[in-house]
Amino acid sequence: MAVTREEMLDSYRRPSFWQTLTAVDWLWAVLVLSGSGYVFMRYGAVMDVYEISIMAGVTAALAGTGWLWKPVRTLSVCVATLTLFALWRYGGTLANQETDFFLKYMLASQSAIMWMSALYVMATVAYFGALFARSEFTGKVATAMTWSATTMGIVGLLVRWRESYLISPDVGHVPVSNLYEVFVLFSIITALIYLFYEGRYRTRELGGFVLLVISSAVAFLLWYAFTRNAAEIQPLVPALQSYWMKIHVPANFIGYGSFALAAMIGVAFLLTGKFAFFAQRMPSQDLLEDVMYKSIALGFAFFTLATILGALWAAEAWGGYWSWDPKETWALIVWLNYAAWLHMRLTRGWNGAPMAWWAVIGLFVTLFAFLGVNMFLSGLHSYGEL
Amino acid sequence: MTTDAVNKKRPQKTGGVLLEFFGSMNLAITLLVTVGIASIVGTVLKQNEPYQNYISKFGPFWFEVFNSLGLYDVYSAVWFLLILTILVLSTSTCIYRNAPLMLHDMRSYRLGVRFNSLNAFHCRREWRLQASSDALVGRLMPVLEAFGYRVRSKGYEDHLVVAAKKGAINRLGYIFTHSAIVIICIGGLVDGNLLLKWKAFSGDIKIETRDIPASQVPQESRLPVGNPSFRGSVNIPEGSSANIAFLNLRDGYLVQPLPFSVDVQDFRVEHYSSGPPESFESDLLIHDPQAAAPVEATIAVNHPLIYKGYAIYQASFSDGGSKLDLRLWPLLGSDAVPEDVNGAVFEDIDFETSMGPLTLELINFRLFNINPVMQEGTGKKFRNFGPNFSFKLRNELGEAIEYENYMLPVDMEGRQYFLSGVRRTPAEPFQYLYIPVDPDGGIERFMQFNTRLHDLERIMATARGTAGQSVSPTQIGNETFVDELTESMARLVTLFTAKGFDGVVEQVDASAPEAERASVLDAYLKVLQTMLASLYTELLADNGVDLSQGISERDGNFFDDAINAIGAVGNYGAPFYIQLKSFEHIQSTGLQIARAPGKTLVYLGFTLLIAGVFCMFYVSASRLWCWIDEDDGQTRILIGGTGMRHKRDFGKEFARLEGVLDEQFRKF
Repeated sequence: MAVTREEMLDSYRRPSFWQTLTAVDWLWAVLVLSGSGYVFMRYGAVMDVYEISIMAGVTAALAGTGWLWKPVRTLSVCVATLTLFALWRYGGTLANQETDFFLKYMLASQSAIMWMSALYVMATVAYFGALFARSEFTGKVATAMTWSATTMGIVGLLVRWRESYLISPDVGHVPVSNLYEVFVLFSIITALIYLFYEGRYRTRELGGFVLLVISSAVAFLLWYAFTRNAAEIQPLVPALQSYWMKIHVPANFIGYGSFALAAMIGVAFLLTGKFAFFAQRMPSQDLLEDVMYKSIALGFAFFTLATILGALWAAEAWGGYWSWDPKETWALIVWLNYAAWLHMRLTRGWNGAPMAWWAVIGLFVTLFAFLGVNMFLSGLHSYGEL
Repeated sequence: MTTDAVNKKRPQKTGGVLLEFFGSMNLAITLLVTVGIASIVGTVLKQNEPYQNYISKFGPFWFEVFNSLGLYDVYSAVWFLLILTILVLSTSTCIYRNAPLMLHDMRSYRLGVRFNSLNAFHCRREWRLQASSDALVGRLMPVLEAFGYRVRSKGYEDHLVVAAKKGAINRLGYIFTHSAIVIICIGGLVDGNLLLKWKAFSGDIKIETRDIPASQVPQESRLPVGNPSFRGSVNIPEGSSANIAFLNLRDGYLVQPLPFSVDVQDFRVEHYSSGPPESFESDLLIHDPQAAAPVEATIAVNHPLIYKGYAIYQASFSDGGSKLDLRLWPLLGSDAVPEDVNGAVFEDIDFETSMGPLTLELINFRLFNINPVMQEGTGKKFRNFGPNFSFKLRNELGEAIEYENYMLPVDMEGRQYFLSGVRRTPAEPFQYLYIPVDPDGGIERFMQFNTRLHDLERIMATARGTAGQSVSPTQIGNETFVDELTESMARLVTLFTAKGFDGVVEQVDASAPEAERASVLDAYLKVLQTMLASLYTELLADNGVDLSQGISERDGNFFDDAINAIGAVGNYGAPFYIQLKSFEHIQSTGLQIARAPGKTLVYLGFTLLIAGVFCMFYVSASRLWCWIDEDDGQTRILIGGTGMRHKRDFGKEFARLEGVLDEQFRKF
């Protein structure tokens, strides 16, 4: 026997994570690390210990995400190239966005975000087209457009970050500070979570439903930008000048994005159960339930994290980790709602249409916590006012 | 959370009944829903407003009803805290009952599994092979281990069980999350200061509702220095210090003495170049009798000072009694001597005026007034209007009019004005009086002009001169006519100074027949214009302005603006305009001072919660059992398993396992 039994068994053993990493994976890690090292060398002197820790965390997270989900690398490289190109075109002059061709029509933050908006809307149409016509090609186009839209969205935010510093160094801040910016963030994050599941489950049928939520966000974003001039970069109020914002807000939007995704899968589930037309085209209800559960679990985990981060921040900014401020209270209600959803599924084994309906209703509760509180209730958390 | 009907059949003791009650899932759900609804009420109904607001909103009856339900401070209401307490008990019971089971379950391989229950699994597979069971197990165990399982086996009389499990710490997720809820709630209840609330509820502590200096607050409204948890606030002017904090509770407050005093050295507001505030900072000096030297610290929003467990936050700011040098310019009389007065914010000054006794109440001073200015094309921009101060003039009847006067001229479309806002009630927006700035940058020329317009003798003289020029040749020498004309011209001016252009219009409406009103008004306005212009020209001449080239555009504009302003003086409501000559800015910083010993507990809970949630969702627990026995002279092996919370993924893994085992067993 050339092969020993131990060797045979070894081949069945699921290799440990580190063993699966290839040379390309390590190259990726080196690339991320050197990018981050360059930033550190250049700006390390003006960063405090928290910002450095956050950057270290982001570096590790980006390298790890690229290992676990390969397309993130291509995305990152495209985003980095476009962003660096935009920064190069800017030089140090904000006014270049009016004169430079590339900035004016593609890469200045507002132009990039317009591209993102247009691409998401087109992708929505394409996904539905692919679903109705059962056209695989159209589906691929839709996926490509969603990736492109996401790229442009991230480029838009990153360039906007730089633009804020070009206005004046003391105005500069991470672009997650007002409703306009977080709507872009919401669209990007929801799309990324969707794209992950699309790759994982090899199904494009859910795209239209999920992108519908993103398109609605885009519609709001455009209305908000055009009627209220919301795209203008405003300096931060003192309460927001904290490193906590960099982690609290994105964590929250992973939660919101996942909940929105789960709700749209809930819609798809209900339609599939009701109409043969969808039942013939959509993936099995079993799969839909599984994605819905995973999405809510992901959202719940990050929403918990975000709320806790928010409490830690509040302890530093408002004089207490919990003030029963309307935003906090509604965050608690959202949390309780999904905690109950998960309990019912995990301990009582609830499934099927009721859980799908609940996920859809959950979106409205979430929406109220996200937008309604800012619109109708007043409190400490009034940064995102309309 | 629920448990099976394990104890149902047994006769129960009181303890058992209580355990059953508190541990029931239905109770937990009911409580959670109640907390949810109460929380929503608390967000919809604005909390901790002054009681007067609620009374005017709901009327006296519903005000009382809602008050007795504690709806104005839901989150401190006794019933709300009681529900939270029961929730803690319920969750604790749940943990008490389930945690041991789960810990046991984590360790246990459940070797006593039955054939039938194995056969009921969705994921199962049976092989029949010509091999000894030992050989089979020899092949099986390493494969299961290679798949990441921990494996145990046990032989029975007629069969052999191999049990495998992985991801058991998923179970810890349950214990972590549920303990976290209990720990966070306990920490929160500690910081929520139940004892204090109970004392306030039972009457041991009396909430002070009067607006009196802290030193006069009676002992029964003061808390002990060592009070372990509270959240209060205090305003301290620059250069002053305080060793207390106020705790707002229901419709009043309590006084919390501190073991140290906070001395505010300086308070600063920095602004962005575009206007909005960039930072609020206070320089503090903490004088602690137990410390050798005072502790120096600068706090800012997001950067509190933690001193001996007391956290001191920058929460707000206000005026701390700025000193103001004021000049009162009489508006109504012909006696134009301004009066200088020194005052300070929060001070009241009494005056005898032509409108009777008035009290000047200085309310506020603001150094920066960054106001939005709408600009064409670019939208909203911010501009600093400079310092202003606000005050009320209260008459004998207690009626007050509120004013807001800017110190520096404000540029409006190329012309400059001193702005003075007036409003009768706080609900209205300010209406502004635009006093034009004279070429020297002062207010003097306007005041002189205004005084002259109140000086009847001068008006008569000017009127006579003007009338003399304007009579027709046939009436020259007709003294009566000239007198009458002079008098009516003067009356027109007095009417204007008292009531403005509206007064003139009213007069015309009242006296002239409808058909002629337009022409009469036109004539009146012409005469008035001539009169005012003559008076103005006299003033310019008296002030030495060279009029040989006619009146300059600037002086012309001044005239237009001045008569607009004088026309509005009648409605201004004050006998004088108060000019701010100079000031000494004294600010007061609003500090929030809190002590939260439960914080450590809460943060521990947070950590457990995060760990628990990720354990629960991202560690997949699965179990496999293999049943091996003799059947029909062959060795039968049945493998069944379950992935408790991830059936789909487990299905895929099971399929892979089947493939590997097929290959392994083929060699028999």
